[in-house]
Amino acid sequence: MQQPSYWRRTGTLVLIALCLLLAGCSSALMDPKGVVGETQRSLILSSFGLMLIVVIPVIVMTIVFGWYYRRSNTMAEYLPDWAHSNWIEAIVWLVPVVIVAILGVITWKSSHDLDPHRALESDVAELEIQVVALDWKWLFIYPEQGIATVNEVAFPVDTPVRFRVSSGSVMNSFFIPQLGSQIYAMAGMDNDVHLLANEIGTYNGRSTNYSGAGFSGMVFDAHVTSDADFDAWVAEVAQSPDTLTYPEGYSELAERSTFHPVEYFSDVTPEFYERLVSSFHTGSDPDTDTQDAPRAPAVDSNEAYQTTDNQADGEAEDGQTVSNEAGE
Amino acid sequence: MFGKLTLEAIPYHEPILVIAGLVGILGGAALLGALTYFRKWGWLWNEWFTSVDHKKLGIMYFIVALIMLLRGFADALMMRVQQAIAAGGSAGILPPDHYDQIFTAHGVIMIFFVAMPMVIGLMNLVVPLQIGARDVAFPFLNNLSFWLFAVSALLINISLFVGEFATTGWLAYAPLSGIEYSPGVGVDYWIWALQISGIGTTLTGINFFVTILKMRTKGMTLFRMPIFTWTSLCANVLIIASFPILTATIAMLTLDRYLGMNFFTNDMGGNVMMYVNLIWAWGHPEVYILILPAFGVFSEVIATFARKRLFGYHTMVWATIAITVLSFIVWLHHFFTMGAGANVNAFFGIMTMIIAIPTGVKVFNWLFTIFRGRLELTSPVLWTLGFIITFTIGGMTGVMLALPAANFVLHNSLFVIAHFHNVIVGGVVFGMMAGLTYWFPKAFGFKLDEKWGKRSFWCWIIGFYVAFMPLYVLSFYGAARRMNSYPNAEWQPWFIVALIGALLIAAGIACTLIQFYVSVRNRDKYADVTGDPWDGRTLEWATSSPPAFYNFARLPVVGDIDSFWSQKQRGNEQLDDAPYTDIHMPRNTVAGPIISVFAMIFGFAMVWHIWWLAGFSAIGMLVSFLMRVSNDDIDYYVPAAEVERIERAHQQRVEAQA
Repeated sequence: MQQPSYWRRTGTLVLIALCLLLAGCSSALMDPKGVVGETQRSLILSSFGLMLIVVIPVIVMTIVFGWYYRRSNTMAEYLPDWAHSNWIEAIVWLVPVVIVAILGVITWKSSHDLDPHRALESDVAELEIQVVALDWKWLFIYPEQGIATVNEVAFPVDTPVRFRVSSGSVMNSFFIPQLGSQIYAMAGMDNDVHLLANEIGTYNGRSTNYSGAGFSGMVFDAHVTSDADFDAWVAEVAQSPDTLTYPEGYSELAERSTFHPVEYFSDVTPEFYERLVSSFHTGSDPDTDTQDAPRAPAVDSNEAYQTTDNQADGEAEDGQTVSNEAGE
Repeated sequence: MFGKLTLEAIPYHEPILVIAGLVGILGGAALLGALTYFRKWGWLWNEWFTSVDHKKLGIMYFIVALIMLLRGFADALMMRVQQAIAAGGSAGILPPDHYDQIFTAHGVIMIFFVAMPMVIGLMNLVVPLQIGARDVAFPFLNNLSFWLFAVSALLINISLFVGEFATTGWLAYAPLSGIEYSPGVGVDYWIWALQISGIGTTLTGINFFVTILKMRTKGMTLFRMPIFTWTSLCANVLIIASFPILTATIAMLTLDRYLGMNFFTNDMGGNVMMYVNLIWAWGHPEVYILILPAFGVFSEVIATFARKRLFGYHTMVWATIAITVLSFIVWLHHFFTMGAGANVNAFFGIMTMIIAIPTGVKVFNWLFTIFRGRLELTSPVLWTLGFIITFTIGGMTGVMLALPAANFVLHNSLFVIAHFHNVIVGGVVFGMMAGLTYWFPKAFGFKLDEKWGKRSFWCWIIGFYVAFMPLYVLSFYGAARRMNSYPNAEWQPWFIVALIGALLIAAGIACTLIQFYVSVRNRDKYADVTGDPWDGRTLEWATSSPPAFYNFARLPVVGDIDSFWSQKQRGNEQLDDAPYTDIHMPRNTVAGPIISVFAMIFGFAMVWHIWWLAGFSAIGMLVSFLMRVSNDDIDYYVPAAEVERIERAHQQRVEAQA
């Protein structure tokens, strides 16, 4: 009578484990739809596998040693003063060192390969989308198309996209899990992340960095479309009666709101994003220091975060030089 | 007259808070009434509140920590309930404003007012005994540290009923914690509670650093110190080096909030990422302040119950020192997604992984201590074995987070939550439970009930896996931390499983409380008068339980590692019959509690901008401090005859038992 119930229990456990595994496989990170996300998936899986070399023996040893050397087992060897062995010491240092050395190489390579500031290789021209985190919604500006949207973003499949990410308020983090890397959105700082989707679909996007009461509503849909559908979408947005001006329209939009509905703007004030970023670069007294107003000293002294000005300088040479390589 | 404080600040429209408040008031009134009825006020004041005895302070730290654990855990349960409900458009039961206070309070309370006081409480109870000292280097400061901590815990709880707590997350990232985005008093409560308790912690760090370096008994060289003392020494070095960073960072945030300065604002030259850098420059060493002493506990427990020398003592010490140093150069791994360059990220990623090496070595050393030992599967050992498995898994997910490129998809997700609970519950909580069970007979003279201890362990470990494994899964679906609600209905089953896990952990906590009750009731049955219930290895077991207030009638002399054990092996523990001498001891102090109460009033006045009261209490602090430093009557001698009387009484009890 014991046997069948034991097997049934084991069977249930195996089933649960399988469900867990399968559930994991269909998840956003294990089912990526872009090159960045794909590389990150294999990175997570390979580092996981590599570490199991230590983790599994440790778990097994804990259970086996703990049971075999229990007090009641007088058959087991007992050496109360045995406390050192060069061999064991060498192995327990060497194995983690080797694994960490391998991981270190992987870390160095993958950090550079997947540097979010690095432009992705592609024959297709890059699309720039400017992203601004507001309380509590996402504003997307398409500088080439001259349109803007709130809480909805669309871009063509197989096209590298450079998201320039900033904030009009507190810190947020811009993340579309199925496409890969997230990046912080910080006021006055012009951050960026390069992503490329290789499958048409609608993907969840959200802020992952807590930003206040409306944080949970900072979700948006990312539509990855065919080129034709993207053009149609742009045309649809351009039909909107609403336009977005700086600074008047912006201050209206920047008012706190939660679960903000999707909005389309057919026109945006030129240099909207750049003007918003530099609006935080204040610090000198306007009465005495007017001639220095466009570039505040506090920003000059901090080259870790690029300003709109040196952004423009970097752009002229190469997409890569604009990265925020702090403290190198 | 009362600054920003008005009757509006009392949240009488929140039913949960009203009930909690009523329970608190009734409970408090019952306690105060009982103390008055049984005429225990004088006893409490003279024997405990003003005591400079490190053992009593250790016990008081633990009592406050356990009370705060209940508060912090209630927060955790509410969060789990909220997330189990608020799926697919449902708002759940807690509005964002309330929910955000809860997760902030949960983090702050669990780290600063549960984990820290437990670690410091154990250090208080054990370290002076392990090094054969009669007290700590600065007994008055020790009392002051405790009271600064205790009044901060009180201040945090006051925020529940008067005003609000911060809604910023436990580290109060700027600019969200700035006056522009958090104009309420919540962040101010956070500021003053942390500043006041932080000063106490810094004083503790200095106190124990000096105690361990200067007050070791004859023959105890650094490399003969028990591992718990070693890990405490390293933790105190970390406290001394890192807590000033916290204090300075919070002070700058205070200047931003109170005087309109711009250290961490979005504009006017402020730099919000400087705040994030600074807070983690403290925050990362902080987690090692918690975990290193826990490592020490496991080392003591495993060697004692395996009845075998700790494997690789020197390796263990050097691994601890390596972790201490490395913990200061990894802080950036908390925000790879800030957008620093690949070289910076890779450097901090690799440094973080390097910490895994000495930690891994420690794990193997514990395992090889069991190897060829005779392990008694007591509840402290179960906590230790549970720790080794759980912490190793947590270490693995930690290394995954340390890969910058992988961190870009795991950061800020529930993966982070699952990871740090994996190491903090599996490491610090299990360590403190093991340490509590292991040293309880030393503090009180009777053992804890094993049956309920083991039940607690099984509830905790099963509950832990049920509560936190679903979070790893959810993180792969893109679930962020700190969500009040989420649109994805398919996530809900995982959150419900997590809630069940939390309830199992609640059962574990209940088992511990029952364990206390059962053990106290059966204290005669569990009594240990020998002072050495586990056949221990280190000096704390060489004296009576509970030890006399002077710890050792004659200071022990140490010849090697595990000196007490080898002495017992040689069978010459009773040979010392030299005459007793007068013992120099510190007097109790009233200044500790008084200065701290003024500090709490000061904090409260600053929170509510009641400037006259802030000034009054600041002067109160200064005057009581000056009165203390100008008091020369702070020590006395216990006459040899008195020592002899106490020791003889103890001898008689031991003989009566035998």
